[in-house]
Amino acid sequence: MMRRSALLEAALTAVACLAVTTLCLALGSKPLMDIVLRLAIFGLFALSLNILIGYTGLISFGHAMFFGFGAYAFGLLMQARGVSIPVAFAIAVLATAALAVVVGALCIRLTAIYFAFLTLAFQMLVHAIILGWVSLTGGDQGLRGGIPRPVFLGVNLADPRHFFVFACVVAFASIFLIRQILEAPFGYTLRVIRDNADRARALGVPVQRYKLAAFVFAGVFAAVAGILMSLYVSGAYPNFAFWTQSGDAIFMIMLGGISVFLGPIVGAAVFLLLNDTITRFTEYNGLVLGIVLLCVVLGLRAGLLDVVIRLMAGAPVRPASVTTETPV
Amino acid sequence: MNLDALLDCVAASSCLATQISAGLIIGMLLFLVACGLTLIFGVLGVINFTHGSFYMMGAYIALTTFQTTGSYALAVLASTLGVALFGVIFERFFMARVYGADVLMQLLVCYAFILILDDMAKIVWGADFRAMGMPEAFVLPPLRVAGGFLPPFYLFLAAVTVAIAITLGVVIAKTRFGKIVRAAAANRQMVGVLGINTALLYAAVFALGSALAGIAGALAAPVRSVVPGMGFSILIESFIVTVIGGMGSIAGAFVASILVGITRSFGSIGFPLFTDGTMFVFMALVLLIKPTGLFGRRPG
Repeated sequence: MMRRSALLEAALTAVACLAVTTLCLALGSKPLMDIVLRLAIFGLFALSLNILIGYTGLISFGHAMFFGFGAYAFGLLMQARGVSIPVAFAIAVLATAALAVVVGALCIRLTAIYFAFLTLAFQMLVHAIILGWVSLTGGDQGLRGGIPRPVFLGVNLADPRHFFVFACVVAFASIFLIRQILEAPFGYTLRVIRDNADRARALGVPVQRYKLAAFVFAGVFAAVAGILMSLYVSGAYPNFAFWTQSGDAIFMIMLGGISVFLGPIVGAAVFLLLNDTITRFTEYNGLVLGIVLLCVVLGLRAGLLDVVIRLMAGAPVRPASVTTETPV
Repeated sequence: MNLDALLDCVAASSCLATQISAGLIIGMLLFLVACGLTLIFGVLGVINFTHGSFYMMGAYIALTTFQTTGSYALAVLASTLGVALFGVIFERFFMARVYGADVLMQLLVCYAFILILDDMAKIVWGADFRAMGMPEAFVLPPLRVAGGFLPPFYLFLAAVTVAIAITLGVVIAKTRFGKIVRAAAANRQMVGVLGINTALLYAAVFALGSALAGIAGALAAPVRSVVPGMGFSILIESFIVTVIGGMGSIAGAFVASILVGITRSFGSIGFPLFTDGTMFVFMALVLLIKPTGLFGRRPG
């Protein structure tokens, strides 16, 4: 049984989804649809990573391996013909979950910075396999030849408008599911583990199992984002699983704020706009982004939504102590 | 996969000698970088994510110094001092501000610097591969060892690295500075309570670690192509080395560097498209069998 607040949230999500998609379709502006699509994909990706960073206290620097793996798994299944999109979608997500179980089981044995680096190393392994297995993945050229999009249930993803609605619905549904997971007792247990793992253990929480579950959930939603991405660009490329992709997601989370549920999505919006603007003026966007990141980290010590919440609570913009804020 | 080639190579002494020497060279450079990484981690408890960029900076400084002055000795010196100085500035003005904070903050400060330094390198030196060329003193016919060829510069590189490893070992085991470093690795707070200037200690250790990355860059410049982004791949490799050898252990870093170097050089024959992958498989095996690493003291 869903709680009433959950039903209300589901209704609100559906209305928001409907409003955004109809507005974009009504305006019919291609650039607007593009930015909403990219925001849906990268916002979902950053949000899935925040399950680990913000809620479980696991700083993964290898999250893009699931984004890339999902994209390649889906693309390869579709190219193999004879598979309908929902089936390929489901298989790709399940395969990513299996990968996340294996990688997660190895990584969660370590904590803090070790965990960050180990996930990074596994991501580089996935990246190395994608680059190396040329006969399957196309190597550094990426998965080419386009991804076939057979019509299913009257949905024709080859039509940009159909795809736009499909991507928005999938992204909104995923965001809603993540919200449900994090607001369930499971999500609160993750917060306990983040704040005090010893205490959680003393209370009888199987900490490792919860961490692994969080890792798999995060990986699955990253894969969904990856699948949308592969449909969006009609292919898959090795840089989907490259470390910079993970770095960008952490950047988005930090920019938006890790203490608010929608922080990563706001962060993704700001990041995409920032990146688009910078690229228009200079090719050295790393330099500018790096300086912005330094200012946010050292200056604000929090994301934009964190600051908004602090201002609303009448607290000073910058906290006196040097601890990161965490979601409540 | 090309196992036949690998078996042929192991059977022929000439190929074996060439590959082992190539592996040792990779290992030596890795050791210098990993050693600084593990030293900084041991004392400060932070992973310097920008360490690879320091190595890149060392290589570029060496390239420019060598091309303007023609002296390789001067190039090595300039890289060492220049990168050490940058390391101190980075530590004092940026990292020191996030020591008490979450690991995420430290990671982000470093990530910001990776982005900035890579682009700075592109602006100053261009995005293309650059080659420094071999210093004249080392332009000699290669030595023949067991039928394989061994460039004289390799011997120099190995000698310098071994000398540094021994000096470092002696300094840490015998001197007052070494004692403080070991004490800080065991308990940072207590060292501060006992009246040691920890700010100075941290800056000194960071300078030392950065200097090692600078030397590594300068030594790599004649034998590797110099390119923005070269720092990141060596960062990953040296992290693998520290995981295999055990975080905070210099002896472990030395053994693991050589193992990884050899794995890489033979992996490039046996699994030409999966050379990087062989390293990760090696690391995963070590983590499964002994999660603390070969020489690790405490569990991660």
